[in-house]
Amino acid sequence: MSLSALRVTVAVFPGSNCDRDMMVAIEKLAGRRPALVWHKESSLDATDLVIIPGGFSYGDYLRCGALAARSPIMEAVLDHAARGGAVMGVCNGFQILLETGLLPGVLVENAGLKYVCRNTCVEVVGGTASPFTDGLETGQRMIIPVAHNEGNYFASDEDLQRLEDNGQIAFRYADSDIVGPSNPNGAARDIAGIVSPNGRVMGMMPHPERAISPELGSADGATLLTACLEALSA
Amino acid sequence: MSATKQEPEMTFENAAAMGLSKEEWELILTRLGRTPNMCELGIFSAMWSEHCSYKSSKKWLKTLPIDGPQVIEGPGENAGAIDIGDGLAAIFKIESHNHPSFIEPYQGAATGVGGILRDVFTMGARPVALLNALRFGAPDHEKTRHLLAGVVSGIGGYGNCIGIPTVGGEVNFDPSYNGNILVNAMAVGLANSDRIFRSAATGPGNPVIYVGAKTGRDGIHGATMASAEFSDETESKRPTVQVGDPFTGKLLMEACLELMASDAVLSIQDMGAAGLTSSSVEMASKGGLGMEMDLDLVPAREEGMSAYELMLSESQERMLMVLKPEATDTARQIFDKWDLDFMPIGKVTETGRLVLLKDGGVACDIPLAPLVDDAPEYDRPQADVTPRPALASADITSDAPVAEVLKSLVGSIDLASRRWIYEQYDSQVMADTIAGPGGDAGLIRVHGSRRGLTVSTDCTPRYVEADPRTGGAQAVAEGWRNLSAVGARGLAITNNLNFGNPEKPDIMAQIAQSVLGMGDAARALDTPVVSGNVSLYNETDGRAILPCPVVGMVGTIDDIASAVGMAPTADGQALVVIGQDALQNDGWLGVSLYARNLAGDPKAAPPPVDLEAERRNGLFVQQQIAAGGIRAAHDVSDGGLAVAIAEMCVAGRIGAAIEMPAGGNRHGWAFGEDQARYVVAADDADALLAAAQAAGVPAATIGSTRAGGELQFGDEAAISVEELHSLAEATIPTLMQGG
Repeated sequence: MSLSALRVTVAVFPGSNCDRDMMVAIEKLAGRRPALVWHKESSLDATDLVIIPGGFSYGDYLRCGALAARSPIMEAVLDHAARGGAVMGVCNGFQILLETGLLPGVLVENAGLKYVCRNTCVEVVGGTASPFTDGLETGQRMIIPVAHNEGNYFASDEDLQRLEDNGQIAFRYADSDIVGPSNPNGAARDIAGIVSPNGRVMGMMPHPERAISPELGSADGATLLTACLEALSA
Repeated sequence: MSATKQEPEMTFENAAAMGLSKEEWELILTRLGRTPNMCELGIFSAMWSEHCSYKSSKKWLKTLPIDGPQVIEGPGENAGAIDIGDGLAAIFKIESHNHPSFIEPYQGAATGVGGILRDVFTMGARPVALLNALRFGAPDHEKTRHLLAGVVSGIGGYGNCIGIPTVGGEVNFDPSYNGNILVNAMAVGLANSDRIFRSAATGPGNPVIYVGAKTGRDGIHGATMASAEFSDETESKRPTVQVGDPFTGKLLMEACLELMASDAVLSIQDMGAAGLTSSSVEMASKGGLGMEMDLDLVPAREEGMSAYELMLSESQERMLMVLKPEATDTARQIFDKWDLDFMPIGKVTETGRLVLLKDGGVACDIPLAPLVDDAPEYDRPQADVTPRPALASADITSDAPVAEVLKSLVGSIDLASRRWIYEQYDSQVMADTIAGPGGDAGLIRVHGSRRGLTVSTDCTPRYVEADPRTGGAQAVAEGWRNLSAVGARGLAITNNLNFGNPEKPDIMAQIAQSVLGMGDAARALDTPVVSGNVSLYNETDGRAILPCPVVGMVGTIDDIASAVGMAPTADGQALVVIGQDALQNDGWLGVSLYARNLAGDPKAAPPPVDLEAERRNGLFVQQQIAAGGIRAAHDVSDGGLAVAIAEMCVAGRIGAAIEMPAGGNRHGWAFGEDQARYVVAADDADALLAAAQAAGVPAATIGSTRAGGELQFGDEAAISVEELHSLAEATIPTLMQGG
């Protein structure tokens, strides 16, 4: 199908604040405005990709993503994922996906014990077949910003090894001449994003929707999102 | 309980405890014709506090220019509004949260951000940018690290969560702020020019609705605390600091903006300083009407709150609205969707009185006119300002290499990189940030267009102290320059006047004279003042802060693609100084950073501000940037020419060779802080110099960028740009690690 035929849904929680940015990015890249779905809904219209955007869902109260993971809409997202549907979580969206158990591991407070907003260099790792990395080159580097307080990915050594062995590490922070030393949060094995074993669910801390034109400092996020949209519409 | 409890009759002692003077107490007795009860006295004291009434500064604020073709709404509303073209208005204001931030830095700073955001979205604008102006004590003072860490974390905690980018600001340090830090937050929003909401109540009988968070006992009488000096007992005022909840703030913002997209709202006012008191009094009095409210209906977080507590609480994230009666149900549905309280608590009346019901009785019944119109206005005595002598060049005898002095300055706390601070702020959410913190001005794209909005905050307190009128003008001029250096024209300003006790004549002179200077500059540069805030009594145990009248400037650029940063874009670009000619071989060192840090801080005059030159040079730089004749630009401010050049080299990770004048005073030339100057990088210096000559703007080529990463002044040994970068980056992280 064509890119503009792709049905993308952005889930919105109270406290989401990157929902508009993601909608703008997807509309610009796919040529069609995504559907919005409110957290109180308990079903999803037919969709090819559900995006859980960044922000502070439910004020990050209790634990980042913990309350959103138990909201009505996430039941529907879990069903969608169980049917092999594609799901992408960015930043707080990644935190929410971890809280639902769709992805393994946890995101704990940054090693620097401070919120951090800056550009990072993100390197494509990949391995397992996934619409989120198949259209990108292994080793490809992209400048994409992070903005978070709890982005320090952590999992047991066994889980981390399993992620490596299964090719589930989608993106890593890499050092670069442009942005300097890049792991901004102490994440284990420099992990910036991972996919589920079947490759259909992806969570990442960097914000590709903030890097969609050179004027914003980088258009590499557009490369990442476009590759994903094209893979899903193929 | 409180209904039956017999309240003691109020006396002057009660009034004095609330910050009122004997004359003010007697004025209340005269106006009411009786003794007020505690609730009524609390309302008078809040409305007549310095914070709400501007009683010491009003006489001088009236001298500021507030009109212009671009002005849609001047001072007096929740925020000012200017026309930026395309049917859009930029709505903005700056406000202080100094005292709460010293007592409880995280919450004080966070609620400062929340409060200024409410001021902006109350007008119907979606906030699009935040800035802040911060002043802390000496870096080695025992409280500085704690306060800096807490304030920065609090600003980020609110702004990051609510999802508005922090795109600029300024931070400085001086021992005079050891016991009284400054935390000024500025917010800028965008609205359709024909969809701006105001606060004047309309239509007797229309419902008065309370929305947002519940009312608790936090921040009671905060406006009065903000109008008093600090002392050793200040820490005991912790309960008067409000607690912010950015999550509720986000919900309230979205709910209000959703409601304002309909035509349900007749008037709206946020509950900021003095909470329900100032919001109800201002709405009713601006409408020339009255208001009646049943305080038993106010959503309360705690039981048994008295009328006094409900009226004076400064609980955050609350709004008061007058709605069209027929729209009430629709409005309620929106607030239900966002899980926020929505409670009709009263109605607009024709009585001209504020009537409050509580526990079946009347808790307050006072005329509104005296609260607003009779608020005292003082013409406080001013000390004469003795002009200081200019610093003679001959008094500066150091022959240290420019490069060595430069190294010490770029690593000083005044000039060191603020990265440790601004990386804790989300500067990119909303995905319209073209230039975030770290440059001359923040630049954001007007969503969905090519137009850019530029913003900055500025003040150089040591200049204001040395010569208040010049310092006030300089704060405006520096804002103008910061915007010009990006390629944008300043359109209007908001100001935050931070001073000590106005009852002291020398402080009053600082206030009056710096406001006059600010007015001089605002008139000369066509940047009227559309909103602002006054914070007085910034003293601790009788010692005042360095005066700090902060200017927040907003401007526009037609096409963001033509904007420039401070980083030169290629090797071999000419570095041209705009605003001085090739004969210049000295500079104004009085009250410069150089003089303060390295020459014993002699009491001298600050650099004069030539407003005609500021205007001419700024317009020239703007035009040349738009025409593509300038590839990078940086205004010359603290640290002078050499520091400006070094900052450009560091930003571009590029070297430069600089020619120095043969005679004269090398340090004056390199570190003098003469105003109205820029350093720019150009591909075609001849064309730029010719254009400057045609425009009557002094300009001179002083060197060029070069590959290799070394900065060289004349025949001195070169210094590595990477070393300058490391020096600038290390200072604040080292300080915060306790090193």
